[in-house]
Formats: sequence, C-alpha cells, structure tokens
Amino acid sequence: MEDLQALAKRLMALDDKLTDCMRCGMCQAVCPMFGASGMEADVARGKLALIGNMAHELFRDPESLGDKLGRCLLCGSCQAACPPGVKIMEIFREAREVVHSYLGLHPAKKLIFRQLLARPKLFNAAMSIGAPLQKLVFRSSQDSQGTVCSPMLNFMLGDRHIRPLASQSLHAKVGALDERASVGQLKVAFYPGCLGDKMYTNMGLACIKALHYHKVAIYMPSSLACCGIPAVSSGDGQGMVNQLKVNLNLLADKSFDYLVTPCGSCTSTIKELWPEYAERIDAPSKRAAEEISKKTMDINAFLIDVLHVEPKANKEGVKVTYHDSCHLKKSLGVTEQPRKLIQANGKYTLVEMKEADRCCGCGGSFNLFHYDYSRNIGQRKRDNVVASGASVVSAGCPACMMQLEDVLSHNNDNIQVKHPIEIYAESL
Amino acid sequence: MVSQGLISDFERMLGKENVFSSEADLQSYSYDSAVLEPVIPSLVVRPTTTEKLGECVKKLYDNGIPMTVRGAGTNLSGGTIPDRSETVVILTNGLNHILEINSNDLYAVVEPGVITAQFAQAVAEKKLFYPPDPGSQAVSTIGGNIAENAGGLRGLKYGVTKDYVMGVEFFDATGEIVKTGSRTVKCVTGYNLAGMLIQSEGTLGVISKAILKLIPPPKASRAMMAVFDDMQNAAEAVAGIIAAHVLPCTLEFLDNNTIVRVDDFTHSGLPREAGAILLIEVDGHPAQVEDDALAVERVLKENKASAVHIPKDAAEKFKLWEARRMALPVLARCRPTTVLEDATVPRSQIPAMMKAVNEIAAKYKVEVGTFGHAGDGNLHPTFLCDKRNKEEFHRVEMAIDEMFDVAIKLQGTLSGEHGIGTAKSKWMEKETSRGTILFSQRLRRALDPKGLLNPTKLVGI
Ligand SMILES: Cc1cc2nc3c(=O)[nH]c(=O)nc-3n(C[C@H](O)[C@H](O)[C@H](O)COP(=O)(O)OP(=O)(O)OC[C@H]3O[C@@H](n4cnc5c(N)ncnc54)[C@H](O)[C@@H]3O)c2cc1C
Ligand code: SF4
Ligand code: SF4
Repeated sequence: MEDLQALAKRLMALDDKLTDCMRCGMCQAVCPMFGASGMEADVARGKLALIGNMAHELFRDPESLGDKLGRCLLCGSCQAACPPGVKIMEIFREAREVVHSYLGLHPAKKLIFRQLLARPKLFNAAMSIGAPLQKLVFRSSQDSQGTVCSPMLNFMLGDRHIRPLASQSLHAKVGALDERASVGQLKVAFYPGCLGDKMYTNMGLACIKALHYHKVAIYMPSSLACCGIPAVSSGDGQGMVNQLKVNLNLLADKSFDYLVTPCGSCTSTIKELWPEYAERIDAPSKRAAEEISKKTMDINAFLIDVLHVEPKANKEGVKVTYHDSCHLKKSLGVTEQPRKLIQANGKYTLVEMKEADRCCGCGGSFNLFHYDYSRNIGQRKRDNVVASGASVVSAGCPACMMQLEDVLSHNNDNIQVKHPIEIYAESL
Repeated sequence: MVSQGLISDFERMLGKENVFSSEADLQSYSYDSAVLEPVIPSLVVRPTTTEKLGECVKKLYDNGIPMTVRGAGTNLSGGTIPDRSETVVILTNGLNHILEINSNDLYAVVEPGVITAQFAQAVAEKKLFYPPDPGSQAVSTIGGNIAENAGGLRGLKYGVTKDYVMGVEFFDATGEIVKTGSRTVKCVTGYNLAGMLIQSEGTLGVISKAILKLIPPPKASRAMMAVFDDMQNAAEAVAGIIAAHVLPCTLEFLDNNTIVRVDDFTHSGLPREAGAILLIEVDGHPAQVEDDALAVERVLKENKASAVHIPKDAAEKFKLWEARRMALPVLARCRPTTVLEDATVPRSQIPAMMKAVNEIAAKYKVEVGTFGHAGDGNLHPTFLCDKRNKEEFHRVEMAIDEMFDVAIKLQGTLSGEHGIGTAKSKWMEKETSRGTILFSQRLRRALDPKGLLNPTKLVGI
C-alpha cells in the first residue's frame, strides 16, 4: 500500500499537466489505436484520466495502467490535434517510467536496452552473426518488397513479413568516416539509426551518395549507439541514459555543422529528448546535448532547406505517394521537404493519398507487443496507398518503411517502399 | 452492481471483445466533456448490430438496470455521465455504417455511431451537402447530434440537426422497435415521434437508425472579416445584414478579450483594440453571391466597421478564419479549466448580453472570453479558471447562474446547442414553467415505467 502511495505521489507531479486536458475528446479523431479498438481507455483522453485517477488514488491497479499505457504508438497524433495543447507525450513518457519503475522492467527489455543497445560493439557483433544465420530460419515471402517470413519462429515473430538483416551493415560496408571539410565546405555528422545501419543499408548508402554528390563532408563513427527511443517508450529512462552517454562521447567534441539522420524517430529523439535526458548525466552533457540538438536535422529538410535541392515538375512519371511519418510531421513539422525531394527526381510523379498523415501503426515496440492491432492499423494505411494508384510508396522513417512492407507484402500488393532519399539518389 | 451471470450473458450475446468490465475500462466511461464529477458505471457494452442494440436495451430493462447511451462522449452537459454506479453504458461506436446515400432522392440512411465529419465527407464525395457542422464534428456521432440537436457555424442559413432529420428508428425503454418518419419529403403517418426524439438526450429511446436530408451544395461562396471599435456597432451590422435580406451561411464574432488572447498566442497581428470582429461568409449561386457580398460590404461600412478585409483566395480566407478556429484552443490554454457555455439570446440582444457577461465577470472576478454565432444570437462565453481552486470555481458557478438569469430576462435560452443533461437541469423551470417539467416527467414515466433511460438527465424521471 505504501508503495502505491509513493507511486501516486510521483504521478501527482504530473497533475498540472494532466489538468490541462479539458476532456473534449477531439483526440479520438486522430488516434490510430482508438481507430482500431474504439475503446476510450486507448485514446489520450482515457489514458490521461486513468493516470490522473491513479495520481489521486482513485485507481489502484498499476499493472493494468501499464497495460493501457502500452496500448499506444507514442505517435503524437493526439498532441498535435489537442485544442488546449496538453503535453501528452511528456505525460505518457513520464507515466511509463514511473509505472515501470514500480512494476519492474520486463527482463528481456532490460537486457536489450541496458546491455545490447548501449554497447554498439556487442550489438554489431550480434547482428553480424545474425545476418548469415537468418538464411536458415527465414524464407522469402515471394513479394515485391523483398521481405522474409519465418514459419519456424512463428511463436515469436508471428506472421511478420520483415526485411532481412543486411548481409553487411552500413558501417561494415563503408567503415568509419571522418572526412575533412575544406574551407566553405559543410560537414555533417551522419547518424544512420539502427534500422538504417542494419536493415535499410541501401537507404544509408543513398544518404552518403547524396551528401557526397553535394560535396558535404561526413563524420560517421562506427560505434554509434541507439538513439534511445525504444528504451524511453518502454519506460526505461536509465537505458536511454546509458545509450546517450555512448553517443555523446562520440559526438560531443567533434566539429560539424549539422547532424543529419534519415529517420524521423531518431531526429525527433535527438532534438527533443537528448537534452532532457542528458540532464540526468551532468551539466556538461546537457550543454553538449543541447548543442547537438540545435544542429540536428532530418535529411530531407537538410537537402531542401540547406542545400536548396529543387523539385522538377513531371506529370507523366512513375507514380509515388508519400506517407507522413508521425515523428517527422507531428514532432518536427517536416512535411513539404520530403515531397519536394521526391519530386527532385524527374522520373517520378507525386500523387497524394487520403489520410497521408495518419499513423501507419508501427510504433516501435508497439508492433512487437500488439502485432494484431498494428496490422489492423496498417491495413487502413495500405488501403489508402493502394487507392492512390501509386506503384511506389515513400516514407521518411525506416520504421514506417518496415510496417508498410509488412502490410503490402501480406496483401500481395505490387508496390515498392522507398525512402525519399533513395528516390532522389537514383537521379544522381 | 451487475451480476457475473449478466456479464456472461452479454459476453455470449456480443462477444467478449464488446463487453468491458475491468476497473480501468469502467473508469474511462465515467466522464464526458462537461466539467462535472465523474460516475463509474458497472458495465460497458458495445453492440455491433442494431438487432443486438435492441437486445441489450431489453435485457437491461428486464433486469431493472439503468442505462446511458454514449456516442463520442463529447456533449458538454453531462448527458453521458452514468446516473448511478449500477448504470450500464451502451456504446454506439460499433454501429458506424452509412447504409445508403441516395443522390436521386437526396437522403441518407445511417447507423447512430457514424461520425459526423466522415458522413459529411462521404456525402460531399457524392456531390451533395449535409450542413450541420458542430465544432466537434471530427469525432461526434450522428446519434449524439440528434439526441442533442447539435448546431454549428451554419445554423443561421442552413438550420441545425433537427432540420435534417427525416425519420428515425429507435428502441423504446423496453427494447421494442419504433419507426417514425420516412424517406419521403412528406410523411404524416402517425405522431412525429422523430421530432420527439430530437434533443431527447437519451431519455426517451435509443436511436438505432436515422434518415437524414441532403441538399445540393452551394456553387460559390465569398468570405469577409470586419473590425469594429465596439460591440454595439457589430451587432447593428448583423441586424443590418439581415434587414438587407442577406442570409450569410456564417456570421461569427469574437470579443475583445478573445481577440487579445488569440493575438498573444498567434502573433498574427489581429486588431487588439477592436471591440469585436465579425467573420462573414455568403454562399449560393455565383451571381447571387456577388450581389450579397456587395450588400454585406455596404452594411458593414454603414455601421462603422473600421476595416473590412476580403480574402482573395482560399489560402487568405484560411488565414483570416484562423482567429475563429483558434478562439477555443487559445482560451483553453490560458487556465487549467475551461467552462464552455452557450447561452443564446435574440440577435438584437447580443450587445446587452455581452455587456452583462462582462459586468458579471468583473463582479465575480472571473475571466471570460466570448465568441460565437452572431447570426443566431448564440454566444459561447468561455470561463477560464482552475477547478481545483474551490473558492474560484464557486465564483465561476455563481457568475454562470447570474448569466443565465440575464439570458432568460432577455428572452433568450439557457442552451442554444449544448443541451441540459444534469449540468443545467436546475434552471429548466425558470426558463419554461412548472407545467413543462411535470408534462415532461409524465411523458417519461409513461414511456419508461421503470425509469431506466438516463434517469437523472434533462428533467429527471
Ligand atoms: C470542442 C467541442 C466543440 C463542440 N461544438 C459544438 C457545436 O458547435 N455545436 C453543438 O451543438 N455542440 C457542440 N459540442 C457538443 C457536442 O459535441 C454535441 O452535443 C454532439 O452532438 C455530441 O455528440 P456525441 O456523439 O459526442 O454524443 P454523446 O456526448 O456521446 O451523447 C450526447 C447525448 O446523446 C445521447 N445519445 C447518444 N447517442 C444516442 C443514441 N443513439 N440514441 C439516443 N441517445 C443518444 C447520450 O445519452 C447523451 O445524452 C461541442 C463539444 C466539444 C467538446
Ligand atoms: S500517441 Fe498516438 S496512439 Fe498514443 S494515444 Fe496519442 S494518438 Fe493514440
Ligand atoms: S484533445 Fe487534448 S484536451 Fe481534448 S480530450 Fe484529448 S487530450 Fe484532452
């Protein structure tokens, strides 16, 4: 009981933010989870009410609060649509951390976030062993997306059609980069992200090709750690801090003009969360994280806003439709740049789909624990993609790309998934 | 409390996935958008066919359990807050099919859980128009709109929800199906029970289907924004526009406090000294729109508008309309608690009502920003406070009491569109009469002898 009171007290720190919710219910319109389940406890209004009730000791079941909080993609759609601008994402993150520190983190998650993702060398080694071995386990899904499925691992992966691990990761292919910038030349730190490094290697290569084409010098150390969003989403603040320390070590004292990433989730984490969590390390780390945060840009935005790449008009090209990743649009406000970047390749014609900014349903570890809902949400996206008549769908976040490939593959759709940078790089 | 046996019965009837009994789920159906105390229900059920909806109602009636129907739960008067802890909440969001959109006969048939904006969109794709557009349309349900007789921005010219209901099917308290109205423009078969169900707030029956009128969309429109030094001139301009026989589809206003608050937030250069802003839009046949726009502009100038802005294109209109779109969000950000009222007076009484609202706010030292539908006399005085501060919240409640007194004195009404629920039931008699309350209660008792349909709402049973 005493413990429960302590838990309530920690949640009470959120009371001011919680009271901002006027219970208007407008978040129902955009919440992918609510769209799939139709349950009030799944929409922000319901979750905020439950967190508030637990803070006020009107609700005393932390385990089911944890479950309810987990039924969420942390996509930020609710916050972007919330009339009084409730800081919903901050509340969710903090509540997850408080509840999970009470319940204890799932041992597998603890191992992954605290050990594996914070130790890039170990992670890289594990993944490079994984890549050749996966041929034994996975077989091709026989689709246009080139995914694999695994009847053998069905108990764990379910019926997922996922992209195989690249036979060689990006950092193994190109090695560590630290190019010299001559006078007047830009230098960027390139942060490929875990998926960009290990799964969507071609996308990572496309980034490097485009940066080199524009004569931008690159710094890419080989042992960058995960950006920390999976840990934070699971309520593991400590895991995030461990990973952040590794990254700050590699980035803090380096000189570069921008840090660019091809992953909307990484970009928004670095920009918005690193400074917040670096505060838990020490003052110099916080300053360093703030510096890095200011310099961090999505690669689409970098190419359009800084390098001034121009779109070309073509009405007759290959039809491509663009999916607005939540973290790109709702956290960072990046919407026009990826579209322009796609159009910078004159061979393509951009066609808009309906509900382009509706969440695709991946949501990182949400996909692992709620695969059925994830597929259900993804199906709506797939239907909109197909209805657009495009033969390529583009998204600025590898997690979305993975989700799109999974749903398209399951529907046997002959539609390819590409990052805008891949489309642009094809033209160079 | 409902028995385990009853829960199992419902699970068999609806499937386990449509019966919610966990504490966490029950707590999430204890509130709606009204600033009122929550009440936790004993069970929540979600029928997915209209037949099952009827079976649910019958089962609850047979077992003597009170029931509250819930659409999106966005009403602002407590209509979906359970009456007691025994209450079972019936959700309609499993009944969300548009059954027919008939372009030849200009009607649509829908289930009650269809979302207003999605319906309007589907209708627009067929090149037709469903005008009622409450501010909550992105989430509100047609069932909730009918049960509250929801209005919106287009009320002056196009009317409100009741003007588009051609017929409904509903289950009475005992679970018997009642059919009223039809797909025809004219229908006098029996009592106008559809009319009775409109704005009944879940107290007379559970709507299972609605036949809605559609109209051809206007071919053209023109928007304008006018700035006034004082509210009186703005109100005279409104009267002048109507006297000139122009019925704008939108005629909205913002008061000074709202203008200043919005400008603080958006820095969009709104006229901070202005007493009021009017946003006007006329629509219809292109030639008529042309004439109407000229007439409106003339009236605005005659009534001392200090500036009139006419946007050149959709993008500019979108910018001008930002002030109205942002009114509620910005006011809601000022303080933790936002009490959104909807006192309504005859159009000509807007200046008197506005003066009273501001004086009352000063008297009770509470902050209020007012915007609303000037063409309908429908004001949204929005009280900003922190309900955790009991003393402050009490002052807000007193201010609201006094505001209703004024609205009634000015021959207006307590509620233009948000409904009575439990929030405003205590003022009902003041606006109407003792007889009205008794009549309504007798009606309810005759139709619902056990008193189970949303029992404490509206007039109480
Ligand atoms: C931000 C905001 C803006 C708003 N703007 C407006 C506005 O401009 N104009 C306006 O009029 N209102 C407005 N409202 C109020 C509210 O949205 C409307 O009253 C709306 O019609 C409620 O629909 P709902 O689906 O949420 O109904 P609920 O809130 O779920 O239910 C409302 C009432 O209807 C009953 N009910 C629901 N379904 C049925 C059914 N099938 N059969 C019988 N009874 C039923 C319920 O028991 C309850 O009494 C606004 C609310 C918010 C939060
Ligand atoms: S973050 Fe996304 S999934 Fe989670 S509550 Fe908000 S809108 Fe729903
Ligand atoms: S939109 Fe914002 S204020 Fe409205 S219910 Fe959702 S979280 Fe609360």
